Amino acid sequence: MVAVTQVSVSPRGKGSASAALKGWEADLLTVGELRVRLFGEWVLASGARSSTELSRRLSETPSPTKISFDSRELGAWDNVLINFLNKLEAVAAERAIAVDRSGLPGGVQRLVGLARAVPERQGARRTQQQPDLLTRVGQSSLGFFETTADFVAFLGEAIIGIGRMLVGRARLRRSDLMLAIEDCGPSALPIVALISFLIGLILAFVGAIQLQQFGAAIFVANLVGVAMVREMGAMMTAILMSGRTGAAFAANLGTMQVSDEVSALQTLGIPPMEFLVVPRIVALSLMMPLLTVFANIVGILGGLLIAWLMLDIAPITYYNQTSGAVGMNDWAVGLVKAVLFGAVVAIVGCWRGMRCQRSAAAVGTAATSAVVVCIVLIIVIDATATVICTTLKI
Amino acid sequence: MAYGDFVIQRDLNFTISKGDIFIIMGGSGCGKSTLLRHLVGLQVPARGRVLFSGESLWDAEQERRDAILRKTGVTYQAGGLWSSMTLAENVALPLEQYTDLSPAEIADLASLNLALVGLAGFEDYFPSQISGGMQKRAGLARAMALSPEVLLFDEPSAGLDPISSRLLDDLILELRDSLGATIVMVTHELASIFAVGDNSVFLDPETKTQIASGAPKQLLAECPDPKVQRFLRRGVVVAAGKTPANQGVLA
Repeated sequence: MVAVTQVSVSPRGKGSASAALKGWEADLLTVGELRVRLFGEWVLASGARSSTELSRRLSETPSPTKISFDSRELGAWDNVLINFLNKLEAVAAERAIAVDRSGLPGGVQRLVGLARAVPERQGARRTQQQPDLLTRVGQSSLGFFETTADFVAFLGEAIIGIGRMLVGRARLRRSDLMLAIEDCGPSALPIVALISFLIGLILAFVGAIQLQQFGAAIFVANLVGVAMVREMGAMMTAILMSGRTGAAFAANLGTMQVSDEVSALQTLGIPPMEFLVVPRIVALSLMMPLLTVFANIVGILGGLLIAWLMLDIAPITYYNQTSGAVGMNDWAVGLVKAVLFGAVVAIVGCWRGMRCQRSAAAVGTAATSAVVVCIVLIIVIDATATVICTTLKI
Repeated sequence: MAYGDFVIQRDLNFTISKGDIFIIMGGSGCGKSTLLRHLVGLQVPARGRVLFSGESLWDAEQERRDAILRKTGVTYQAGGLWSSMTLAENVALPLEQYTDLSPAEIADLASLNLALVGLAGFEDYFPSQISGGMQKRAGLARAMALSPEVLLFDEPSAGLDPISSRLLDDLILELRDSLGATIVMVTHELASIFAVGDNSVFLDPETKTQIASGAPKQLLAECPDPKVQRFLRRGVVVAAGKTPANQGVLA
């Protein structure tokens, strides 16, 4: 006849101060029941409580067959307590130890029940493995080819769409086209003016210092004129427009994907390619050469100002020198590039937008990648064009 | 409440008792969600006060206001989950910001909160990868992260199937009963209103004020206002005066 005797009260080597901090004490009763006494505050503000020590008690010999609780001294509680009990029960379940929740407050009983009610869905949890270097290189190379193929497909669809528009069979609204034209043309004038004026100014400054050494200051006009018209005008405008309009296209179409606006067009039988993408491509391809002409003129004016103020070259002399230096072929090269850049910026912007995933973060990614791809393509195309023109002596 | 000169609702006066499930109801566009935005400090009332336990939200200093608002948890109509974070990170963010817990403990609590709303094992999913109902529940898990005293829901069951909607109602009731939290719900789901509502206020877009308040079931039985009756009976007009219990006067 053995009465209920308490085997151990406090965990090894720890005083009552740590017990108060811990918030529980466990007594193993001889009937194999582990009684856990909970006391004090169990709230977020006082920190989390680890259940590892108590879980370890479950594996000690003699192993308990049942856990019960005494919560008479329990103060305020919140998820901290639920978490503690939830983990304890998980360990207990593994060892087939019964848990008697009746000693807990009603709310705690129910919440623990709720947390354990819905079993984890099989296969829901993901095992993430970091692929090795070779796998990653392979994956990103394959990804690059896939992306390129997707871009070419998009380009093809866009060209078909433009073709349909030219024969008047595309489904698009005239007002949308006008709005797009306004957005990527006149609205961009101030910023294009500022940037190209400063570019002309910088070119003139750099040229002036070098050319003055040879007494050939007047050739600043040639330098600025040819550089602006052939290269810088088109390129700077394109880079500016990829940041301004390309990113806007991507963000705009991306958000339309997120909010199902694109799907709404599709279900109505309106091809988004014709309705959304074609007007933007047409607008920017039309406006880019005009913006470039404007940029060239403003840039030359910037050079003129420096030549006039720094080198004492009369504006009329500068003008004559410029018109002698810049020929029709220079203008042609610049403008052809401008049309090309306009199309590239619009197509890439729309492509990234239309391929946007359905979340806010994805819209940001789409806009970023639109700008990056645009600028890379612009520089690559410009370099290629320069090499070709030099070889062909255009 | 007003947007600029455009008054949405005026002369609103109601008290939400601790531990109640309080319903803000009314037809579409009457300003239910706007009222909720005022309650949680997203919009300043044009006139009047919002009191939490007698303390005025908008007369308080910014710091004090943040402290009051930290005692509330909100779920939004579209979920409002941060799309660049996984569910676990969404739930963990408030804990990281406002508690001194270690990362491991925070991860534990985030998992627990997700388990409470039935999303165990979905920690590493992004909001865009789960269904609408799951997003709502994940939003609830985030709202509960700091164990708030007041939970506010903006149309929790909108866009959910009847079963999911019912389960969500049960969950809300369960949380109220176990956590002792006060619940404020904007909804026009009649099933939810009658299933969980202890008290309510009815906003009317035409008169731009509250035209009824009280327990939803009682309103259905006793409220003489035809607009309220039409709303609570899905448009089927019953002469309210004929119900025998129609003697009581409702504020």
